Amino acid sequence: MPPDTLEFEEPIAVLLKEIDALAMLPQTPARQAEIDGLARRIESIRADIYRRLTPWQRVLVARHPNRPTVLDYVSLLFTDFTEISGDRRFSDDRAMVTGFARYKDEPVLVVGHHKGGGDTKQKIFRNFGYAKPEGYRKALRTMKMAEKFGRAVIAFVDTPAAYPGVESEERGISEAIALNLREMAVLDVPVIVIVHGEGGSGGALGIAVGDRTLMSEFAIYSVIPPEGCAAILWRDSNRKIEAAEALKLTAPDLLGFGLIDRIIPEPVGGAHTNPGQAAAMLDAALTEALSEVSAMESGARLEARYQRFRAMGNAGITE
Amino acid sequence: MAWFKKARKPIATSTAEKPSRVPEGLWVKCPGCAQVIYNKDLEKNLSVCPKCAHHFRIGAAERLRALFDDEWTEHFPNLSSNNPLRFADTKQYSARLKQAIATTGLKDAIIVGTGRLDGIPVVIAAMEYAFIGGSMGVVMGEKITRAVEMALDARQPVLIVSCSGGARMMEGALSLMQMAKVSAALARLDRARVPYISILTDPTTGGVTASFAMLGDLNIAEPRALIGFAGPRVIEQTIRQKLPEGFQRSEFLVEHGMLDLVVDRRDMKATIARVLRFMRAETAHVAPPTRVEVAAAPALQEPSR
Ligand SMILES: [Zn+2]
Repeated sequence: MPPDTLEFEEPIAVLLKEIDALAMLPQTPARQAEIDGLARRIESIRADIYRRLTPWQRVLVARHPNRPTVLDYVSLLFTDFTEISGDRRFSDDRAMVTGFARYKDEPVLVVGHHKGGGDTKQKIFRNFGYAKPEGYRKALRTMKMAEKFGRAVIAFVDTPAAYPGVESEERGISEAIALNLREMAVLDVPVIVIVHGEGGSGGALGIAVGDRTLMSEFAIYSVIPPEGCAAILWRDSNRKIEAAEALKLTAPDLLGFGLIDRIIPEPVGGAHTNPGQAAAMLDAALTEALSEVSAMESGARLEARYQRFRAMGNAGITE
Repeated sequence: MAWFKKARKPIATSTAEKPSRVPEGLWVKCPGCAQVIYNKDLEKNLSVCPKCAHHFRIGAAERLRALFDDEWTEHFPNLSSNNPLRFADTKQYSARLKQAIATTGLKDAIIVGTGRLDGIPVVIAAMEYAFIGGSMGVVMGEKITRAVEMALDARQPVLIVSCSGGARMMEGALSLMQMAKVSAALARLDRARVPYISILTDPTTGGVTASFAMLGDLNIAEPRALIGFAGPRVIEQTIRQKLPEGFQRSEFLVEHGMLDLVVDRRDMKATIARVLRFMRAETAHVAPPTRVEVAAAPALQEPSR
């Protein structure tokens, strides 16, 4: 199977191989027509598959190694990026990127998890997107700076989870996430959250409290990874497919529950198949959200942010 | 929105007050020192072993009795989950809920009460571990948020006693968002300079720790409580080795600067009363000198929304 296709894209992988084989032969107009025909079939099969992705398939797309990262979106949609390092307490966490940039010529702060993309060395450098306490503290430090200078915050969420290791616990991962939740709730500048990949529980939420939450079409947002949920409730992590369905972790699910504000459409086949187009789609949603929120007076914006989270889950309560 | 309440007596009367982690029977063997203890002696000692100070897990109602002076008022007892995800694993979540309601006499894993602690009017939210592991779903998030908002309106200190495995999986991302919801309420309380004491008991893990349990003006733990974000088994899988003895216990957290103090349950109430007075909490009947408009106790009797 070509490395970029997922397990459920097998029919596409087969056709891609056929195209590769044909491309090795001497070119003739007839052969080219054959290749074009196969390419069209791939498009139609892909459209078919992506029209009815199962929750577990969405998990696989959301975790695709080539899925665009925060820095891909920065280079496609932002200018003048200046990365800011360190929490001024312990170290610099590369799983969390923070920096100043211009968006539509307006200075903003970008924060975001970074999983490292498709390259193994980069993945290790970024700790696979598992941020430690210093990552959350760096994010908060820079967000306070954005507040100080009256600049909006754009948060890109894509993490499997906060790092579940000994040093995370020793250095207070719980306190770091908790403080971000509390302080982001009252951060006095516009905050737009974009869940574009994996919204992995508290590790995601730690930079995801804001005025608007946008979520990419094939992204996921969950209280626990399906594998972990299956291991606990089914006592068998292989039941992850059922767990993924039960957890209601897809973008349409979250929109239905009122936990996100808008779904950002993705190219057929997922953002990784056409990052430029994915960025353009994200751009449109971000521009609209940011201008709505920026137009609000500070007190009204903070009250609306409070009420937004205040209402979450209330439909699940019988009184 | 209706605010339900009913008066609770300091002596166990209703079914809700029965659950205690002290096993049934006249005599109890302490897991800490293997000493056999007379059941009544243990209860009189707040379920702490008189010989070795092992802290037995206690229920929410017992916890509130141990902290309030005398009578206290329960709020919002009727809120219950309507299973918003229609979640089912090997068992229906609705069946798990029904069973938990039957065994605990509670509608969810938390009791919110108002009363006095050493004369100081306070709001206390205490978790019930016997209710699906004390897990936090939409009901717990809402009840704690209301408790914090009540405390803010009345300018009374709020105490949250955590005893929870974390967010409730069966309510998916809805339960995750409760972390943000409660933390947002605590942000307002913080800015208003109303005291919040977090009391962490065994166990306090996951999304509960990574939100309100770590946001107290003071974070106070009982001895040897398991407190952490990731569960020990998850961490062992990550690092592929055994964790050291005492890892993620209260004393470990104090050593790493993550807790303000570890307090024996028998000293908890006195300690809280002392620190609340530092935080300018006032005994009832005495009007706070700088905040004349405060009519704390009546406001809590008939809270307006
Ligand atoms: Zn003992």
